[in-house]
Amino acid sequence: MSDSKIVDTAARSSTASAKSAPLEGRRARRRASTLSTGDRVFLGFTTGSALLIMLILAGVAIFLIVKALPAIVADWPTDPELHAGPTLAFGNFWAYVAPLLWGTLWVSAIAIVIATPVAIGIALFISHYSPRRLAGILGSLVDLLAAVPSVVFGLWGIIVIRPFLRPLGDFLNHYLGWIPIFAGQPSSTGSTILAGSVVLAVMILPIITSISREVFLQTPRLNEEAALALGATQWEMIRVAVFPYARSGMVSAILLGLGRALGETMAIALIISPSIVFSVRILTEGGNSQTIAANIALNFPIATSLQRDALIGTGLLLFVVSFGVNILARYILGATGPGAASRRARREKKAALSA
Amino acid sequence: MTTSVGNGPSRAPVTSTFTDAHLPRLIEVWLLLASAVMSGAALLLVGFNPAVWAVATAALYVIAIGVSSRLVENARKANDRVARALVTITFLLAIVPLVSALWTVLVKGIGQLSWSFISQTGQARFNPTTLEVTRTPGALQAVVGTFEITGIATLISVPIGLLAAIYLVEYALTTSHLRRVVTFLVDVMTGIPSIVAGLFAFSLFTLVVGPKAFSGLSAAIALSVLMIPIVVRSSEEMLRLVPTDLREASYALGVTKSVTIIKIVLRTAIPGIVTGIVLAVARVVGETAPVFIAASFTDNFNADPFNGPQQTLAVLAYTGYKFPGKDIAASNQEAWGSALLLVIIVILFNIIARVVARIFAPKSR
Repeated sequence: MSDSKIVDTAARSSTASAKSAPLEGRRARRRASTLSTGDRVFLGFTTGSALLIMLILAGVAIFLIVKALPAIVADWPTDPELHAGPTLAFGNFWAYVAPLLWGTLWVSAIAIVIATPVAIGIALFISHYSPRRLAGILGSLVDLLAAVPSVVFGLWGIIVIRPFLRPLGDFLNHYLGWIPIFAGQPSSTGSTILAGSVVLAVMILPIITSISREVFLQTPRLNEEAALALGATQWEMIRVAVFPYARSGMVSAILLGLGRALGETMAIALIISPSIVFSVRILTEGGNSQTIAANIALNFPIATSLQRDALIGTGLLLFVVSFGVNILARYILGATGPGAASRRARREKKAALSA
Repeated sequence: MTTSVGNGPSRAPVTSTFTDAHLPRLIEVWLLLASAVMSGAALLLVGFNPAVWAVATAALYVIAIGVSSRLVENARKANDRVARALVTITFLLAIVPLVSALWTVLVKGIGQLSWSFISQTGQARFNPTTLEVTRTPGALQAVVGTFEITGIATLISVPIGLLAAIYLVEYALTTSHLRRVVTFLVDVMTGIPSIVAGLFAFSLFTLVVGPKAFSGLSAAIALSVLMIPIVVRSSEEMLRLVPTDLREASYALGVTKSVTIIKIVLRTAIPGIVTGIVLAVARVVGETAPVFIAASFTDNFNADPFNGPQQTLAVLAYTGYKFPGKDIAASNQEAWGSALLLVIIVILFNIIARVVARIFAPKSR
């Protein structure tokens, strides 16, 4: 028994390179044959849980596809269920989902434009400007933003942000109304895309901030000190030493923020008064593009069975889009982000040791 | 003050930053005060508004520090000072919504919080003479639903998440394909839009159980889809912190691997793991969209999570505003009351997580 343990730990602590793959297989087989029953059961449970996670994710995709398919293939104008209610005006599924997808991307894009400079500024403040002792407390203060439930931000948006932004909306509409974004009849209630995006921006601040902050903190100290030693001011040091190093990390932070914004439901559903149109206007009452998530939340309770399938179809598209954005963000962070080089070096060193 | 460096006439004179003109040390404080007073005075003439005042002060300060530094010092230092001012302003900007949101919920919700709000369901009364429906706000059904749904979600997610984390850290070899795939999928799973998790649970239950399959269990499954990746992530991190020496010491004594993991590794990492789980619960307890889709919503008391619609506090906060009853004012009050209750629960969970981390931290000797 103890013999197998030694082999076991050796297999665990050394990393097999591609060359020693057959050896690895032999070790695994030997380990499996000498495991006690308890060990084997435990191994089975843990491996099973890992596999279950794959199953769940596959299940999400499969069940959404199966449930959405009837609405996607249905002939909308002749179907009694779909030619009514919220889906009345649309010829087929794609005509229904296209403006919603546009609205989702548009609202999220505005939120990203608002949130990114602020989030990067906060991250810089915590990593490079605030006193070292305060940094932890300030960081957790920003993380607290992430702990506030989205529905609370939605209610807050209704009674605080809507009236707060109305004068700004009127101002932009009056003086900059010739720009299509600010055009149209300004909203009297303030239930605009602008208000929704501002609340959305607040909600994605913590995710962008925490990732950028981590990346900023990983800037090699020597690079920073070298810049300062050459006489750079703090800001010049950040520009020449921190930003170039952190660029890909910042990009993936923004993408992860975008992924969060795409799926955010409550803030939009509560604040914006929507219509399913292609529109870039952000200050009007009637021309606010609706997002997929908010459209589902608003229509799901009143929808009939097949209309629900149509809504699930739009949700499937949202799943695919945010899946793609997340994969892209993880890929950028993993392939080129800080730490990637040292991880690679560690891997190679381990491989060299075990070879 | 310039000194010429070197002998050649081609060398430009170099200015020394040590002897250059400096702005006085407290200039930032004085300029800030001055801009606050000036913008405040200017606003008093046209009508005072704290938000506009803050914006005007910030703008004036940035301009003042930039201009004065450029005049007295030099352009590079001016840029540095402006950047410092802007970065600090962004941080303050982030604190404003946090404080404002919590304050708003507190002010609007505090009037609703009473024992009867927590211990009763909302009741509507019809007055035949005035033909009006009045409603006494109540959230008992939402309190019960919140704890049941979140509890079931925790019961599902913790074993799966923890065991998967143990697999990733203790069993999977770094080169294993399964490990790489699972790590990647957990990463991606954290990015699933919450409403999609709700739609998944709804689809699952309508296809398996049949139409009208709203139930607390369905909502709990939706929440576990969101919770599992969080649990895996935090547990994985905690397991990795356990020193390899401990495991090897255990193996050296002839202890089997599973017993080592349970008695040594988990024992060491348990405070961190519990903290992570409590934080994960705090995260999902405020989820609205998935519960709303999978369990629908109801004003009636339903303590059975396997049958019929259930309500949670987050959903009540949403439906009280978006789908109010006949008595709209009372529905809105219910929304604010449950929002405040929800915030209190979330903060409580966060505090519990901190306390657990501190009390049960391994004693350092």
